[in-house]
Amino acid sequence: MGASVNYDDVEVGTELPAQSFQITRAKLVMYAGASGDFNPIHWNERTAKAVGLPNVIAHGMCTMAHAGRVVTDWAGDPGAVVEYGVRFSAPVPVADDDTGTTLTVSGRVEEKLDNRQVAVVLEAKALDATVLSKARAVVQLA
Amino acid sequence: MPLNRDFIGRTYEGESTYEIGRDHIRRFADAIGDPSPVYRDPEAAKAAGHPDVIAPPTFLTTMGFSVGGRGPIGDGDLGLDYGRVVHGEQRFVHHRPVRAGDVLKAKTVIDDIRDAGANELMTMRMEISTTDGELVCEAVNVVVSRGTAAGQ
Repeated sequence: MGASVNYDDVEVGTELPAQSFQITRAKLVMYAGASGDFNPIHWNERTAKAVGLPNVIAHGMCTMAHAGRVVTDWAGDPGAVVEYGVRFSAPVPVADDDTGTTLTVSGRVEEKLDNRQVAVVLEAKALDATVLSKARAVVQLA
Repeated sequence: MPLNRDFIGRTYEGESTYEIGRDHIRRFADAIGDPSPVYRDPEAAKAAGHPDVIAPPTFLTTMGFSVGGRGPIGDGDLGLDYGRVVHGEQRFVHHRPVRAGDVLKAKTVIDDIRDAGANELMTMRMEISTTDGELVCEAVNVVVSRGTAAGQ
């Protein structure tokens, strides 16, 4: 039950396995449907450009959800994530092609807390921009 | 037009409940490409110590678009122009994982409205509980209202 990572095996600076995610237009449509966020800037290029965006952009929450996978995959049990917060620092434009935009996410343990919890900081980049800042999760370890 | 600062501290009680279903959790997990069995298979979830399939840590964002009733976004007297709004920050504090079968309700409080350069930042805090009163999650959402600070 709970996380598969043991608190005693983790040090400040322990790195989480980094991951890359392809954010495509198809993924944005799936995310819109699953989340209920149908704002057209996330699927309609005409609307996105009319409001001054470079292209259709990913939902911030879609980016946040993907980045969170670096934490949940590491922890083993997603239920071990007790806190997760981000600041959206740059949009993630997604072109109308089959490859979409690559989101690269890495993480490391920033602090060992009480009660066998750790704070993890994430770095999320797309198209050379840092798209999430202050991205931090608290995880209940075994 | 700046946001109406009289709204700081205002509370909105959700008028409807929100029922968490296995299929919705699975669709959300599919959308973020996450194959984890604890989102899909009740037996795998039980083996991990959960009563039923659980939801990904950001799943409750779906609630903001589904709970009926007047929230801050739709409150005309607040003066928020949704076309100027971008998502600034989001944070979830989970008291336990959300799981299939939960019937939830939300209370939203406007914690703060302040200037940030030409923009305004509005902080909303949602307390999400079961209909039995068990606090499940607190979600803090900061939205940026672009170009609406006083004097702009």
